[in-house]
Amino acid sequence: MQWEVVIGLEIHAQLATKSKIFSGASTAYGAEPNTQACAIDLGLPGVLPVLNKEVLRMAVLFGLAINADISRQSVFARKNYFYPDLPKGYQISQMDLPIVKNGSLEIELEDGQTKVIALTRAHLEEDAGKSLHEDFAGMTGIDLNRAGTPLLEIVSEPDMRSAKEAVAFMKKIHSLVQYLGICDGNMQEGSFRCDANVSVRPKGQEKLGTRTELKNINSFRFVEKAINLEVERQIELIEDGGTITQETRLYDADRDETRPMRSKEEANDYRYFPDPDLLPVEVDDAYIEQVRTQLPELPAEKKARFIAELALSSQDAEMLTAQKELADFFESTVEAANGEAKLCANWIMGELVATLNKSGKDISQSNISPERLGGLIQRIKDNTISGKIAKSVFEFLWNEEGTADEIIERKGLKQVTDSGFIEKIIAEVMTNNPEQVEQYRSGKEKVFGFFVGKVMQASQGKANPAQVNQLLKDKLKS
Amino acid sequence: MSLQPNEIEKIAHLARLAISETDKSVYAENLSSILDLVEQMNAVNTADIVPLAHPLNEPQRLRDDVTSETDQRELLQENSPTVEKGLFLVPKVLE
Repeated sequence: MQWEVVIGLEIHAQLATKSKIFSGASTAYGAEPNTQACAIDLGLPGVLPVLNKEVLRMAVLFGLAINADISRQSVFARKNYFYPDLPKGYQISQMDLPIVKNGSLEIELEDGQTKVIALTRAHLEEDAGKSLHEDFAGMTGIDLNRAGTPLLEIVSEPDMRSAKEAVAFMKKIHSLVQYLGICDGNMQEGSFRCDANVSVRPKGQEKLGTRTELKNINSFRFVEKAINLEVERQIELIEDGGTITQETRLYDADRDETRPMRSKEEANDYRYFPDPDLLPVEVDDAYIEQVRTQLPELPAEKKARFIAELALSSQDAEMLTAQKELADFFESTVEAANGEAKLCANWIMGELVATLNKSGKDISQSNISPERLGGLIQRIKDNTISGKIAKSVFEFLWNEEGTADEIIERKGLKQVTDSGFIEKIIAEVMTNNPEQVEQYRSGKEKVFGFFVGKVMQASQGKANPAQVNQLLKDKLKS
Repeated sequence: MSLQPNEIEKIAHLARLAISETDKSVYAENLSSILDLVEQMNAVNTADIVPLAHPLNEPQRLRDDVTSETDQRELLQENSPTVEKGLFLVPKVLE
């Protein structure tokens, strides 16, 4: 039977505020345990949560970026459950009236096609603390620094039909929240997390199959692996005559499997009700329009501009705009290089990205600034150095101080266009290889490459290749 | 509406309350009478009434995004029976 995969995602983006969603405690990552958990975060009696202004602005900004409806009135509700890292016994979240509803976002698939994914909603909520299961004399340690950190939970419709589409969507959201400056996107630190709802159904059937929820998958690679594993498991189970149980499953990267969460809990019964500590949040048109003016150029707009104004291919533009820092780096490089967008794109996506990857750095930590890279590209363009020499200059730029010009000067890498000098080398090479000269002259033109190699080698790569070709041809003929 | 003993058990479990066998019927009776009151309100036609999220008919006040709290760990952990390396310790939970 042909099966169709149906995936919806729930993404938790930690909002990049200084203080918590309902208290003035710091949200800085990595502090000593429980030094950033105040009485409000701990839910001590008599405290009153008050909403952070910045949290609201960020949620509205996100809503506008995905062309969603912004609720003029949204309401916070209590989601009740017991767990030690949830000190109040409930999480403040939004249920019936979320701040953002009905958005959409376009993703680009591998074959270059685009697809629109609908977003059901995005709502505000507080994060829980952390449980540390290392052995504390048989007990569990609780750090509540993260409790009360603002989260935007972004929920998609079940619009994705493969793990690859799910990853493409997740990457789009990841890129968007960073463009908007509302989330740092750091997946290692848990600032950006994803749950996936996965089901399968016979192709052509309209009714959705029973879904399972894959929890807390913290890398793009794992999202793809976890979904594919779960799809395989579900299809096998159904084909063997079994039925899918609606449940929450964890992806175990070490064992490369998904398995049900061990839980003695009864089926979740969160008993949502409006939080009496918080009043309805109201926003008016003037506020929404004021936030709209803060929208930066979004990835899709930037991509279109790169294609139209800088004549980049759709693929190049997509890659360069996936990350705001990369797009900014590219634009600064083009400016420093006085144009040459295509050459800049090639060097950034080729040498630079490869070198960054090799040294485990991201673009913001690059040893080479856009100004220095732009300087290198200018020298390639005006033929001061060949493409091959440019690669060594790039290496020097990465490992040493100085501009491209200074390095070319210091290392004596300037391309040689003095034909007298090149002719002298050619003469030497021909004298030392009489056999090959004979072969060439008797019609074996393949050995031409041999001479080019020898001449380039003797000039330490500095001879202008086009000139070498021309002069060699002349000399070998005579 | 009258609640059954198994429903009382479920509600007690969700609230993490231990209740004695003898109290169950008392709770069943009390909670049922609350539900009866709701039932009574259900009879009123509310089709044209906008749901009220909060009895104070006012919008939420907002605070500026500034860190105003200082580290009070020592004070706040005074109530905790067990503390180690700055962590609250609780009976082992493993999910």
